[in-house]
Formats: sequence, C-alpha cells, structure tokens
Amino acid sequence: MSNQMTSTAPLKTAGVGRPSGNTEAISWALLALALLVLPYFGSVYVVYMACLIAINVIATVGLNITVGYAGLLSIGHSAFLGVGAYASALAWLHLGTPLFVNVIIGGVAAFAVGLVFGIPALRIKGVYLAIATLAAQYSLYFVFQQWTAVTGGDRGLSLPKLDVFGLGDTGFYYAVAIVALVTCIAARNLFRTRIGRSFVAVREKDFAAEVLGINVVRTKLMAFGIGAAYTGVAGALLAAFLRLVNPDQFTLLVSVFFLAAVVVGGRASILGSIMGALFMTLMPEILRFVLEHTAGSGADLASLLSPLREILFGALIVGFLIFEPRGLVGLVERALGRSEAIEARQSEH
Amino acid sequence: MLMQLLEFSIIGIASGGIYVLAALSFVIVYKATNVFNFATGEMMMFGTYLFYLVDYQLGFGWIAGLAAALAGSAILAMVLERSLMRPLIGRPAVVMVMVTLGIGSIMRGVAGLFWGPEVRQLTEVLPRKPIFLGDMLIPGKLAWGFVIAGVIAALFMAYYRYSRAGTAIRATSTDQITAESLGINIRAVFLLSWGLAGVLAAASGIITGSVNGVTPQLGLVALNVLAVVMLAGMTSVGGVVIAGLFVGWLETLVGAYLGASWQSFIPYLVVLLVMVIKPNGLFGERRIERI
Repeated sequence: MSNQMTSTAPLKTAGVGRPSGNTEAISWALLALALLVLPYFGSVYVVYMACLIAINVIATVGLNITVGYAGLLSIGHSAFLGVGAYASALAWLHLGTPLFVNVIIGGVAAFAVGLVFGIPALRIKGVYLAIATLAAQYSLYFVFQQWTAVTGGDRGLSLPKLDVFGLGDTGFYYAVAIVALVTCIAARNLFRTRIGRSFVAVREKDFAAEVLGINVVRTKLMAFGIGAAYTGVAGALLAAFLRLVNPDQFTLLVSVFFLAAVVVGGRASILGSIMGALFMTLMPEILRFVLEHTAGSGADLASLLSPLREILFGALIVGFLIFEPRGLVGLVERALGRSEAIEARQSEH
Repeated sequence: MLMQLLEFSIIGIASGGIYVLAALSFVIVYKATNVFNFATGEMMMFGTYLFYLVDYQLGFGWIAGLAAALAGSAILAMVLERSLMRPLIGRPAVVMVMVTLGIGSIMRGVAGLFWGPEVRQLTEVLPRKPIFLGDMLIPGKLAWGFVIAGVIAALFMAYYRYSRAGTAIRATSTDQITAESLGINIRAVFLLSWGLAGVLAAASGIITGSVNGVTPQLGLVALNVLAVVMLAGMTSVGGVVIAGLFVGWLETLVGAYLGASWQSFIPYLVVLLVMVIKPNGLFGERRIERI
C-alpha cells in the first residue's frame, strides 16, 4: 500500500492513500452488495433516504470534479440540477421516454447549459466562474419561474408515478443505486485517464500544464461541463424521485448544500464525495430529530429549521476549510495514522 | 412619454447611488486582499439589522443606531478577517472565496434566527416628502438616500486617495511584496480594508433598508452589486461610481417597461455580457489574465 503511495507522481492527488487494486475492487463489490440487500432489511423510510443520498452523491461527485479536482469554484450548481430535472421531466411528459433515456437527456442538457455559462468565464483567470455560476443560478431560476408555458412557473411540473423493473419504489431505488454506482466508478476511472489528470494539472499550475501541451481552456471547460452533466443526471433522478419539479428546489441554499458536501467529504476524492453527501443528507434529518425532541411541541420548528440549516452549512464549510481541508476523508486517514505522507503530497498552493 | 423616461432615469440613477457604496465595499477588499468577498451582501444585511436593533428594538434612537451599526459592522468585518480569513492566507483563492460564501450563509442564518423571515421596516429617518424637479417627482427617501450615499462615497474616495492609510492600501494592492518591504504593515492593511468594507456595506444596507425594509434575504438581493463590480472592472474605485449609476438606471428602466421580474435578471445579464465582451470591465486595470 505504502509502496504505491510513494511511487505515484506528485500531481496525482486523486485517490488519497489509494488502497491496492484488490482492496478497492472488494470495497466496491461490498458497497454494491450492501445497496442490493438494503431494501430487504430497511424500512420504507430507509429506502427513501437511500434514494436521496444516492442522488446527492451523484451531484456531489459532479461538483467535486469541478471544484475539487479542477479547482474551479461553482457556486450555482443547483441551477444545473434544475436544468437536468426540467429537461428530463419535459422529455418524459412530452416524449414519454423511459427513465434511463431521461437521465441521459438531463445530463446532456446540463452539460450544454453549463457550457453557455462556462465559456465566457473560463477564458479568464480568477474568480469569474464563481460569478458566472451565480449568474446561472439567478438567470436559470428566472427562466424556470417565468417561462410558464414550458416549465409551469411557480407550480412547476408534476410527473406520473414510475415503475422501474416492475418493483415499484424498490425498483426505482435500484435504478438510482445503479446510476450512482456507475457514475462514481466512472468518475474514479476518469482520474486515471489523460483527461482527468489534466484537470488536476491545470488546478495545480495552469501555465505549467499549458507548457506540457494541455489545452487549458478546453480542459477547464471539460471539467466544468462534466461536473454540470453529473449534476444534471442527479437532477433527472431527483425529478423522477420527487415526481415534482419547481423552481424553489434549485435555490442558492441548495448550491451551498452541495458545496458543503464537497468540502465536508473531502475535495478531490470520490470517497469523500460519497461521505460528504451521506453526511449532509442525514444532517438536516438529525437536526430536525434533535429539534423535535428538545424544542417541545409549541415551538415553530419550520421557521427554526431553515435558518439553522443555513448556519450549519456555512459553519461546516468554514470549519472544515480552516481546520481539516481534506474533509472527512482526511479525518479518517488521520485516525488510521496515514496522514503525514499524504499531507506532504497534498500541500496546497 | 419622454418625460416619463426622464423620470424613470432619474429614479434609476438615484437607486444606483446605493449600489455604489456596496460595490466600493467589494472593491476595497478585492483590491487589498485579492479575495472576492461573497459575504458583502450579508455584511449589508447585518449592519441594517444592527441599526434596527439599536434604533427601534432597544429604542436608543437613530443616531445611536447608526453609530452602533457602523461600528458594529466594522468590528464584525475585522473579526472575520482576523479569525477566519487570516489563517487561510496562502491557500488557493478558491478556498478563500468558499469561506466568504460560508460566512455569508452563517450570517443569513443568524439573522433569520433572530429576526425571522418577515420584512422589518426601519424608522423613517429620511424625509418622505417627494422632491419635484419641474414636473418630475422623485420619491424623497430615494433622493436623500442618493445624496447621503454620494457624500459617503466621496468621503471614502478622498480618504482612499489622500490619507496615509489609503495610500498604504493602494500600495498593497499594487504589489504586496514591495509594499511590505517598504515597511507597510500588510496585516494592518488587510484588517483596515475589511473594516472599511464593513462600514461601507452597513451604510449602503441602511440606506437600502430605509427605502425597502430589511429581511435576511437583503444580502442576496445585494448580489446585484456584482454586476456593478464586474462592469467597473473589479479593481476600479472611480469606475464603480459610473457603473453603479448605470446599472441602477438600466435596472429601473427595465423594471418599469418590462416588469419587476425582469429587473432582477438584468444584473446577471450585464455580468455575462461584460465577461464575453470586455472581461476587465470599463475601467479595470489590465490585471486580468486571459488563458
């Protein structure tokens, strides 16, 4: 294990403290098995939460590709979630396409819309992408809300019930789990290819990457587009899951949620994205549980919950960035006593 | 018809005056520390709530409220710089920007927790009486808000241009290492620029709030200021004035002729257009690097 770590090139921060091929294959298989048997042991609520977590994992992996691996800050990612959701919902309602086609449509649509906002911003160095994605957040919200003829305005679109594999809700759960697993493995493999490694190279030193023959603008666009596409896929699944798409699902708070998931889990780590999405999805549930048991019945929980969530999301982002920049993955590795070697490699610039 | 256009134009320019202050708050921090502060809007919102708290809720009157709001915001901004931004110096810009975003989210949440989501009206300090220019009518609060914003902006610019501290900030923004080797205390400059940003944000927040009231979402609305900052070129203190007035004018005209929902969309259109056409804005330094 340690042999491999020292032999990897300094650029590769992708798999932090990578386990050997065997261990990794076994962990993926175990994860797949756990996902497979979950509906037989978990209640309806557990399956519901598992769906939500899997969807959030996909979106978090997407945002992590953009923010963590490529070092591009996107603060309007929920807009692409919205693009994916609306695109797939519209395809479903008007064309009657099956779920897996809708998912691809959602991803492609988010990729395309992402490029519209990415192309102007990514030609320039600096914080411009963050501003452009913020522009995306608000202008796409405006489109979702105002283009009533297509998007249904504030009321949004309602979708019919879906039956995947003839298993009802469990079938949908399997569909989501399969997509999540496939996208995670795809993302993990991406960073063993030339394209994926060029993302990391551009993040570390763009001009050095350029000298090495990497087209910086194209690489950044790719990183941003792929991130948006992942999020679009998650949006398509979310639409099918909630069977409702409306503009208020895609606000800045949701973008901050995903950003927090990336930071909490660990930037530039697929495992981190999974952990971050898991943590962030369960956190509001735990928060609600705690509130319900401490605040008593008289308190207005709804009005407390939303500001508390904002505080927690913000505090998690700030706290992890300052105290544990590598997120939960870093915490776990520190607990396993593997921190030094990794920290040396992951020195930030 | 022409008369109406002229009236809308004046109202628009007047509301643009408020943008100038908030945009200056962005620019000062960006120039001195190279951090794009996405919490500026929340600093506006927080200053306004401080004013509301001391002036109305505690009943100390508007002068005490104003003093508390300006001082409180400056202190808060400096505490944020010292405790959260300072440890991150040397880390990638992405990280620092993310932290400002996190700070903004925390402040929004705290305001929501204390004051709730409903709109709070500030006590009427600005005279309500409309001002007539010939046949044109300008809402009094807006006109006075514009005047006050103008005075504060002018004072700030004079301070920035002529005072020793202002010169130190400008030196730091031109070249940090040289400034430091000439004996300028960079840390003090960072602290000072955040403090100034806090004061400017609170002032613009109070003026905005006295026209429209204040909610925890005030900070998000204030993100419109991004358009001003982009158009001015991120680093231009003078350009912000022209860009602010222009964006205010454009927004009001669009709002008047196309409807309010378009109004909220316009700033972001401006942002994207500036990026496509002239990324360093109208008055920006040639600091922008294309790749």
